[in-house]
Amino acid sequence: MEACPHILDVLCPLHAILDPEGRIAHAGPTLSKLRPGRDLADADAFEVFEVTRPRHVRGMAALLAHAGQCLHLRLRDAPRTKLKGVVVPAPGGDGAILNLSFGISIVEAVRDYALTNADFAATDLAVEMLYLVEAKSAAMEASRQLNLRLQGAKIAAEEQAFTDTLTGLKNRRALGHILERLVVRGARFALMQIDLDWFKAVNDTMGHAAGDQVLQHVARELVEATRGSDTAARIGGDEFVLVLRDPGGQAEVARVATRIIRRIETPVEVAGRETRISASAGSALSWRYTRPEAERMLADADRALYASKAAGRGRHRFAGQDD
Amino acid sequence: MHGLINRAIQGFVADTYGRARWIAVTHLADLGFADFEAMMIYPPELTQRVLDAAVRELGKARDELLEDIGIYLASHPQAEAVRRLLRFGGVTFVDFLHSLDDLPERARLAVSDLALPALELSEHAPGRYTLTVSGEHDGFGPMLLGVLRAMADDYGALVYTELRRAGPGSDALEITLVESAYAEGRRFVLGGSD
Repeated sequence: MEACPHILDVLCPLHAILDPEGRIAHAGPTLSKLRPGRDLADADAFEVFEVTRPRHVRGMAALLAHAGQCLHLRLRDAPRTKLKGVVVPAPGGDGAILNLSFGISIVEAVRDYALTNADFAATDLAVEMLYLVEAKSAAMEASRQLNLRLQGAKIAAEEQAFTDTLTGLKNRRALGHILERLVVRGARFALMQIDLDWFKAVNDTMGHAAGDQVLQHVARELVEATRGSDTAARIGGDEFVLVLRDPGGQAEVARVATRIIRRIETPVEVAGRETRISASAGSALSWRYTRPEAERMLADADRALYASKAAGRGRHRFAGQDD
Repeated sequence: MHGLINRAIQGFVADTYGRARWIAVTHLADLGFADFEAMMIYPPELTQRVLDAAVRELGKARDELLEDIGIYLASHPQAEAVRRLLRFGGVTFVDFLHSLDDLPERARLAVSDLALPALELSEHAPGRYTLTVSGEHDGFGPMLLGVLRAMADDYGALVYTELRRAGPGSDALEITLVESAYAEGRRFVLGGSD
């Protein structure tokens, strides 16, 4: 028993030898390091440690009743590090040996007490565990960064897949998705088909580059004439569709159409030349249908649009409007 | 080749010579992208192309470049995580040398698909070691030489190292430990942020 502390200091440096009264007869080197300002020798073990599991263990008899079992302890003063422990009766029957480990609180413990490799037994897996925690955290962080970049790329790709690259408006695919959602939700909306008039002449006389500029100009006008909750899409060469959410009544939709046609008709300078075009429009209103369907509303709006064109261009009509 | 290895080459070029030089390397190598992803796997010939391009762009001999990458990995602030993980190998430089046998396993524990060449340390006289490196890909030997030199400084040990090339992917590093506590060395605490 005399040589025992030295052996234990090497094999399990985080231990305490308790005398029969429960006082600390010897503290292992790592245990001493946990309370640097305090001489643990002769201190009452139950004043230093609180046994949290099993409950109500105080005094040597109660402690030794749990010999060989896993104990949960905590230091009584700050930092109140949690410890795992096991107690065995000392050889010869006087006192006990209490061996301790940090368990899952190891990461905080090495930080709180500035522990080094030398504070752990050579066979202790603590350092390997700390290595793993650090290596895995670094690997996880690298993976997290990759995920963030991939998600950013995915959003950008989706954005691109749903965007008309020339004008930045939504494309036909995006429009299809938006209409489906509105229909499923039973939302109240107006669908307006807009076709440019005299656009072919611009393209033929001034070239495609000028034509593209006109289309971009129209796109800007559409965005400016509508609200953020509305959708402007380009679904063909000079064909546009507006989706107006909760637009009020038919009169408000008609006012929006008129405003847009007037803005498009305002002459613009393209490639140094004044350019004039116009637009015809036709609208379908979701609340006019008992069960609105995207396809049918698009077809009805398209028919109204052609009626506008036939009636002399630069006009707007509603689906089912007779005059 | 694992993205971490490609990323190490990128980090070395960009952090040492600037981002513009790295971009020049990617163009020379005809990479088609500017950044390697640390957690993705790339074809091995891509790594060789990047190394060839870096040799041309930086005007360095290949082994010298690889050694500099090793030094970068073990000592540059941007690669501090690597240095810390290496320091977990042991309290002294000799402990660290003996931990190198386990390095490929340690690497695999952290990142399961990271394959490093097999390492074996033998001590044939007190303070005289040979580290044999044998792997599928060439270049780890000179890189490890750089890592060893930087880690010796980190531990404050005085060592002489020499590389013997023994065929593609096979190298022997001769290490002579003159003094293990020659200089102060850098601090390392388990709890991090030292």
